[in-house]
Amino acid sequence: MKRNKFTIVESRAVVIPKDNIDTDQIIPARFLKTTSREGFGKNLFYDWRYNSSGEKIEDFILNTSNGEGTILVAGRNFGCGSSREHAAWAIADYGFRAVVSTFFADIFRSNALNNGLLPVQVSERFYASIINYSKSNNSLILKIDLMKKQISNPQTDDSEKFEINNYKQDCLINGFDDIDYLLSNINEIEEYELYKASSL
Amino acid sequence: MSKTLFDKIWESHIVKQIPEGPSILYIDRHFIHEVTSPQAFTGLRNRGRKVLRPLQTFATCDHNVPTRDQDLTIEEHSSRIPIEQLAANTKEHGITYFPLGDPSNGVVHIIGPELGITQPGMTIVCGDSHTSTHGAFGSIAFGIGTSEVEMVLATQTLLQTKPKQMLIKVDGELSKGVCAKDIILHIISRLGTSAGTGHFIEFGGSTIKGLSMEGRMTICNMSIEMGARGGLIAPDEVCFEYLKGRPYSPAGDEWNKAVSRWSQLKSDAVCNFDAVYQFDAADIEPMITWGTNPGMGMAVTGKVPHSEGHVAEIDTIETTVTQNVAVAKSDAVEISMAKKALDYMGFREGEPLLGLPVDYVFLGSCTNGRIEDFRAFAGLVKGRQKASGVTAWLVPGSKLVEREIEAEGLGKILREAGFEVRQPGCSACLGMNEDKIPEGKYCISTTNRNFEGRQGPGARTILAGPLVAAASAITGVITDPRELVNAIGSEITYKSKSANTK
Repeated sequence: MKRNKFTIVESRAVVIPKDNIDTDQIIPARFLKTTSREGFGKNLFYDWRYNSSGEKIEDFILNTSNGEGTILVAGRNFGCGSSREHAAWAIADYGFRAVVSTFFADIFRSNALNNGLLPVQVSERFYASIINYSKSNNSLILKIDLMKKQISNPQTDDSEKFEINNYKQDCLINGFDDIDYLLSNINEIEEYELYKASSL
Repeated sequence: MSKTLFDKIWESHIVKQIPEGPSILYIDRHFIHEVTSPQAFTGLRNRGRKVLRPLQTFATCDHNVPTRDQDLTIEEHSSRIPIEQLAANTKEHGITYFPLGDPSNGVVHIIGPELGITQPGMTIVCGDSHTSTHGAFGSIAFGIGTSEVEMVLATQTLLQTKPKQMLIKVDGELSKGVCAKDIILHIISRLGTSAGTGHFIEFGGSTIKGLSMEGRMTICNMSIEMGARGGLIAPDEVCFEYLKGRPYSPAGDEWNKAVSRWSQLKSDAVCNFDAVYQFDAADIEPMITWGTNPGMGMAVTGKVPHSEGHVAEIDTIETTVTQNVAVAKSDAVEISMAKKALDYMGFREGEPLLGLPVDYVFLGSCTNGRIEDFRAFAGLVKGRQKASGVTAWLVPGSKLVEREIEAEGLGKILREAGFEVRQPGCSACLGMNEDKIPEGKYCISTTNRNFEGRQGPGARTILAGPLVAAASAITGVITDPRELVNAIGSEITYKSKSANTK
């Protein structure tokens, strides 16, 4: 899939300060039946956005004026639960470019990276500071610089480095795809298969 | 240098190591199903790529399928389309497919092992988090996303960074009425739902070694509920006995060669794990959950903890990398989460749940949909009657389990007790088919996740093992199975004894 290149994103942050947001909350299973990758954004956090009659729940952040922005901030263990890539598709399709948390569930992290959605893992200290800032100011701007592997709060000049391996950083910056890379190693893959078959 | 079982399998599958990056990891077996594969095939098609090794991928439909009238056309359009696409995609690419009604059809993590496709020492992936189940055979098995499904289809490899490693040991004798599900619910209730993040877990100790393959699969299945990529257990005679004679297992000379190779698969005597946890089987009681994640569990006889009080007590014998489990669980956010969970579940702090009426009982899923689970359930309900107020859905994990249920006479016992055995599928575990728990209703479920809305919008899930489920289905209220087991002196235990009807 051709995807947007990621270099620097500066945006208002949408803050959902809850821990353990699982993939059933991000996108409930009943919305997984379409067979394309598109259109999941409208069902993102569906059961938090709408009540059982399908009416908007007014005070949920995505239904408020604070719900606009391309950076999502959430509590620890974000994306736990199922392996459904639909969760990453829904977040990206809704318009987010990055998710910030103190840590991510493993499969979600891979899924996000494979869809040009940057998972930014921050320290408990940085997380607490941006949550406090957003509470007292009712708004938060964040800047994420993938080239420098740095996230900052321009309003306070607070910043820190985040980790991403060089390979994935390169993929995101250039919009590369893992399959192209893997297929460029097809000779090594076939050699491995021959070696493995001979060793059994 | 000493190596863990995980190290050995991992290293033998590295095609290439990228400097300062991930490894190209070779994948031996790939399972696919209808929900997470359509977009991967579309991706291949859009760029004119083909499936590199179609014989190493196996397909089944399970998530969307109805559990009644499987011989008829699936009524629900949105459920039927992905299944039709799977049939077309597998045909186009020459992939083995076990369609609805096929004698080998069933839930992906049930059929892989029972067909002998899952074998020790392999790398196994599937677009499904519960792929960790297959680790019970001493393989590296983990769930992947759809982009990765596409990668495996196109290249039979994945780019992976080696995870950290954790050892969880359980030693001692299990009490009567305690099963594998209780072990893993107990462990997760102590360690929390994120203790395993970034890790692969090896389960060991005498209690684990004493489990059947079915019990071991239940344990490994739920390692993802601790956040781990997967769990694995060193293969032994119990494992080999289970695999012998299965349709895809090696046969003849190949079998003997395979067993001697598999027998080498174990961690060296002294290994470096990043974290080690030790549990005593004697501490484990029949378990239930009271909240909205699998870590919110307690003994069935227990009381709902006070929000401040459910901080994990961890017996750590050796921890070189500290997980922030205990710290994080005690903070204010966690307390508000527990309060929210209790609100959702309609429970109060400090109240016992024994005797609370239940509306639904669900036996099934990749966690507890195997023959041994049906034996345990049927053993307990034999000669009794289902409570009239309870709706019970008994859904075998596969067509083979369905046949075994009848061959062993369990179907007759269950029907006489007022239960219906349905047809195989994922069913109410995640409610993608018609089997949804209505809003506000309580369901004792032998599944793996009690997230809000998992079994249907507003559904209240109480996770448990098959014995608690059976006892509660009989009484109509949350029940300690030991009351019933003791009453009839029944010996229902999860000791290693493999299914012999293959």
